[in-house]
Amino acid sequence: MATLLFYILATITLLSTVLCLTRKNPVHAVLYLVHALFALALLYFLLGAPLLAAWQIILYAGAIMVLFLFVIMLIEPPVAESRTSGRVIHWLIPAILSGSLLACGGALIAMDPAATNAIASYWMTPRDFGRALFVHYGLAVEVISMILLFAAVGAFHLGRRYRPTTKEDVS
Amino acid sequence: MNDVLLTFILIVIKLGLVLGTVLSLAAYMVLAERKILGRMQMRHGPNRVGPFGLLQPLADLIKLLCKEDLIPERADRWVFMLAPAISTVTALLAFAVIPFAAPLHLFGRTIPMVVCDLNVGLLYLFALSSLAVYGVALGGWASQSKYALLGGLRAMAQMISYELAMGLAIVPVVMASKSFSLTAIVAAQQPWPNAIRHPLAFLIFVIAIMAESKRTPFDMPEAENELVAGFHTEYSGMRFGMFFVGEYLNLIVLGAMLTVLFLGGWHGPLLPSVCWFLIKVLGVAFFFIWVRGTMPRLRYDQLMAFGWKILVPLGLLNILVTAAWLLWRG
Repeated sequence: MATLLFYILATITLLSTVLCLTRKNPVHAVLYLVHALFALALLYFLLGAPLLAAWQIILYAGAIMVLFLFVIMLIEPPVAESRTSGRVIHWLIPAILSGSLLACGGALIAMDPAATNAIASYWMTPRDFGRALFVHYGLAVEVISMILLFAAVGAFHLGRRYRPTTKEDVS
Repeated sequence: MNDVLLTFILIVIKLGLVLGTVLSLAAYMVLAERKILGRMQMRHGPNRVGPFGLLQPLADLIKLLCKEDLIPERADRWVFMLAPAISTVTALLAFAVIPFAAPLHLFGRTIPMVVCDLNVGLLYLFALSSLAVYGVALGGWASQSKYALLGGLRAMAQMISYELAMGLAIVPVVMASKSFSLTAIVAAQQPWPNAIRHPLAFLIFVIAIMAESKRTPFDMPEAENELVAGFHTEYSGMRFGMFFVGEYLNLIVLGAMLTVLFLGGWHGPLLPSVCWFLIKVLGVAFFFIWVRGTMPRLRYDQLMAFGWKILVPLGLLNILVTAAWLLWRG
């Protein structure tokens, strides 16, 4: 059962990602990507890492994708859609994708209603996760975060437009 | 198998109970807000439909259902139709992990008074509150209207900024109670509620959830005098109603979150635990309405500066101090 769910979820993830790559409308692309991230979160849950699943949704779907959407909304002039957008095909594919995702979620809950007995053979509690991350791999995590910090500072430096600062340019 | 089935049935019953209570509570929250605001402004508020205007929510519902459902010609049809649903659903789903009473002992079974006691319950709540941004943002974008787009943008920026402060305020609570499970967090504040133990976190959290719910003094996304109605300018009928209900559901969710995380949950003397929970949630909601009746709206740059330059550093400092204290205590 769990194996079947895994393959269904993996298919959903891949399909959503492909759809994300092929959309012309950037906001629709973001929506498909968010959908793929949801499927990925369910996969993590299936593999016995509820904490990772939660972080996946909070960080990727809830924060990073929102930033993407924010930038798109800021710079992209709204695409004038004609009345053809009312066609069935426009909602059928998303409906099938999200419907199957919902069904998978339902199946996961039905297999384990009280969220106590693990579906996967391996079950990682938040405590185990934290211990592994900050004790066992502590040094690696620190190094990676330092690299990310350098990357952020570098991106900020490269992205800054050099211009003579005027008096109005206070902010 | 029988046990699993029983657990399942119990969950369905609790789900129905919680859903019914919360939805009717949200409807009456609208009435309460209009009444209380009315009193604060020396008016009576709605008092024509039924005794004391008690049937007003019903009348509003019928009105909204009967109104024409307009979709702007240029709008992105499906996203436009989806957005209010996201807004309502994310608010409704949050109630699944909120423990609303002491565990019930019935026929030799202990029934936890929470639909599902996830061990990452707090993160679940947090995930839903970060997904709630989509409803507002997509609603604003899909309307293809300047006001709605600006409202959506503002709402997005505001919600992701204050979510950070909210998350940072929760960390000391989690560190002290050593669990992400809301039931465990409630149990951990038995003698003293977290509002007393972590006053700074409490303060940051209250301000952050006020911004998160887009209410005065943080209601820039729907500032009437600049943006008509912000992200829901183009919505009418029940779709507008869903945004509206979502907003009030959110008020109750945030009230419940504050109660569970900082006000001791369902603990309290004398009265049954459900009563204490309701009293606390409604108290928080009243406080929010009171603030709306009292405070003027902030300016947008003030809001952003306050979030990033004051709340976030304060939250980080608070985490540091709490961690040091916990380490010192052993």
